[in-house]
Amino acid sequence: MRRLNFLKIFVALVLVTVGAYLVPLAPAATVGPVTDPIGVVKIGKGEPIVIAWWFVVEGPDASLGIDTKRGVEIAVDDIGGKLLGHPIKLIGENSGCNAEGGVTAATKIAANKQVVAAVGSNCSSEAVPGVPILWKAGIPTVSPSNTAPILTDPKRGPGYDGYLRTAHNDKVQGRVAAEFARKVLKANKAATIHDGSPYAEQLAAVFAENFEKLGGKIVAREAISPTDTDMRPVLTRISLGVPDIIYYPIFIAAGGHVTRQAKEIGGLKKTALMGADGMFSPDFLRAAGPAALGMYHTSPDLSPEALGPRYVEFLKKHEKKYGEKPLAPFHAHAYDAAMMIFEAIKKVAKTDAAGNLYIGRKALRDALYATKNFKGLTGILTCNQWGDCADPKIAVYQVVNTDPATWNPGVNPKKIWTPYVKR
Amino acid sequence: MIAIQRIWWQRLSFVNLFLWAFRIAVIVVVIWGTAGTLMAGKYQREHWIFFTVFGLAQGGIYALIALGYTMVYGILRMINFAHGEVFMSGAYTAYFAAAALYNSGYLNRHPLISFLILLSIAMSVSMGVAVLLERIAYRPLRYAPRLVPLITAIGASFFLQYTFRGLYGSGFKAYPEFDVLKGDWIIFGVPVLRTQVLVLVASVLMMVGLYTFVMRTKIGTAMRAVSEDMDAAALMGVNVDRVIAITFAVGGAMAGAAGVLYAMVFKQVHFFMGFVPGIKAFTSAVLGGIGNIPGAMLGGMFLGLIESIGPALILDGLGIVAPYQLKDVIAFTMLVMVLIFRPSGILGERLAVKKA
Repeated sequence: MRRLNFLKIFVALVLVTVGAYLVPLAPAATVGPVTDPIGVVKIGKGEPIVIAWWFVVEGPDASLGIDTKRGVEIAVDDIGGKLLGHPIKLIGENSGCNAEGGVTAATKIAANKQVVAAVGSNCSSEAVPGVPILWKAGIPTVSPSNTAPILTDPKRGPGYDGYLRTAHNDKVQGRVAAEFARKVLKANKAATIHDGSPYAEQLAAVFAENFEKLGGKIVAREAISPTDTDMRPVLTRISLGVPDIIYYPIFIAAGGHVTRQAKEIGGLKKTALMGADGMFSPDFLRAAGPAALGMYHTSPDLSPEALGPRYVEFLKKHEKKYGEKPLAPFHAHAYDAAMMIFEAIKKVAKTDAAGNLYIGRKALRDALYATKNFKGLTGILTCNQWGDCADPKIAVYQVVNTDPATWNPGVNPKKIWTPYVKR
Repeated sequence: MIAIQRIWWQRLSFVNLFLWAFRIAVIVVVIWGTAGTLMAGKYQREHWIFFTVFGLAQGGIYALIALGYTMVYGILRMINFAHGEVFMSGAYTAYFAAAALYNSGYLNRHPLISFLILLSIAMSVSMGVAVLLERIAYRPLRYAPRLVPLITAIGASFFLQYTFRGLYGSGFKAYPEFDVLKGDWIIFGVPVLRTQVLVLVASVLMMVGLYTFVMRTKIGTAMRAVSEDMDAAALMGVNVDRVIAITFAVGGAMAGAAGVLYAMVFKQVHFFMGFVPGIKAFTSAVLGGIGNIPGAMLGGMFLGLIESIGPALILDGLGIVAPYQLKDVIAFTMLVMVLIFRPSGILGERLAVKKA
């Protein structure tokens, strides 16, 4: 009797294990009028189309996630909350701006079979492990703020086939930063600091490469970890090379420590400081305090001259809905990401006589990749075969007032330089 | 009967051989790296002094937190993994007082009084949290197997982190700056940051105070008695529950003070800030010999120094490109080394002078 029980349990376990393995590998499915090699989402009459976001909405980098989440919400408002007669339902997960958070968020979203597409993630460190999890479940994701070059690199692997982004590739941002440092600041010697995240490491490397190409010299390539607080030893080490500029494209908490402590090191009193879009937020002014005065940032150019009247209108809606100015530089990219998804759904969704909606997953992914001359807030978006869709416009900003309440990109931090001429 | 005489190489086991090889390898790496750095002559005398000062200031904070770990271990033989959160609770709560004082302008008019106010708020909050922690989470488990309070401590740590996140939000807060503490003082011809002087002086004073308290007062004697033998102390009329509560209170107060000092040097506070310093302080306590008060002080200072000097001194000479990324590797390698070769720590594992 006992033996039989054991056998039963064993068989059940085997069935469950094998079954679990088979589910995500579901072959070509035909549901209603749609056949798709990966799968089909069926949305009953009157049921919502589920779109998921995975952003860092908690912790030190929360400003980044809240900003992009608001962009998505405004996009939903702008199409009246409805698509093809179905309401749009947004669900979301906090992705924490680290690999573990990205895995957790992606796994949770992937477990929901009704999710049609996702917007996210924020930090490249989340996307590297998270995107393949989503794509295994057939969910394409459009990121508004991942900028690490690896994510759209030809060598990235098939797990990233469902990945696109409306944010710039850091190959552009790093070059702009290097050009500014060399041509405008006339810096000859530069130091870089990264925190080991794919975003920071690759951006610092692109900066260094371009800076050297332009005839400059890199005197130090340092690294810290994101939880470090005492940057004085590493800054002292950097001061040995007497750099004219330190470029540290890291995140808010560690970036604040570097900014404050750099001013305390004797050999770095005259060194210019430069960060990037990862800490372009009023929260950074809080973290860095008075030491942030005069420091530079590279970040997407969000001025009305660069983006046109539609962005001004967007800002009005934002102000009305949330009662404040955008918290980080990627809300417009998030708006575009959501709009791109809506457009692609419109292209591929089919309705049957009973009013049910069918969306083929592979078809949706292909429609997203086929996006061409899409008129977004951030420019004219055209996706290449690796999912880079951005129309990148990077500007250099300088902090002119360290009171976080005066945060108003363009005025404070003041836009001081752009490399491009034409709109 | 024949005595089995073995020559030394027959007694050598594989593990012993491995440990010796490990020991030698580490020593060679350290000497190689140090020699490489010193011969390159990249760093001047003043740089080494800077590294030392940075390390000592950081070490002072580690040491103050480590005291809490070590005292609790000395008495209860348990690791209070929620101690990092005790540290966070004081620093985080005192932020609100600091912001209020700053906004009213009082902070810079009376910096000393303000500092003492912040210190007392942080110390009392941390003390309260530590005492409650003991009363609610640990006392009911005092006679449970060792693993039980350990797991409870980890649970308590999460509980405190997320309680404070609920109370104060998940973002970080930035402490205001004291005008008096901006810039540096020239000490023996070397510019030293004022905040770091403050941290060093304050932490040394606290540690001396605590040591006197434990060695010279009646309660301190009771603590040492409980640490030696809890049952015997109870038989001698020592109120064991009270002594343990006081131990937690004193450890908490030290952590609260460390919290304010930390905030003076690093300015940012958030709900997760206790985690890394907590782990580092635990490492310091083990390095110095857990359960041993001077050991915790020494361990903290030592860890701070090795984190600050180590990467430049040892790793730079080995040609490693960004050595400061590896400072935690040095710190935790130290821990592993101590655990392998001297499990009782540098000064040995005892709170009281004699342990059964």
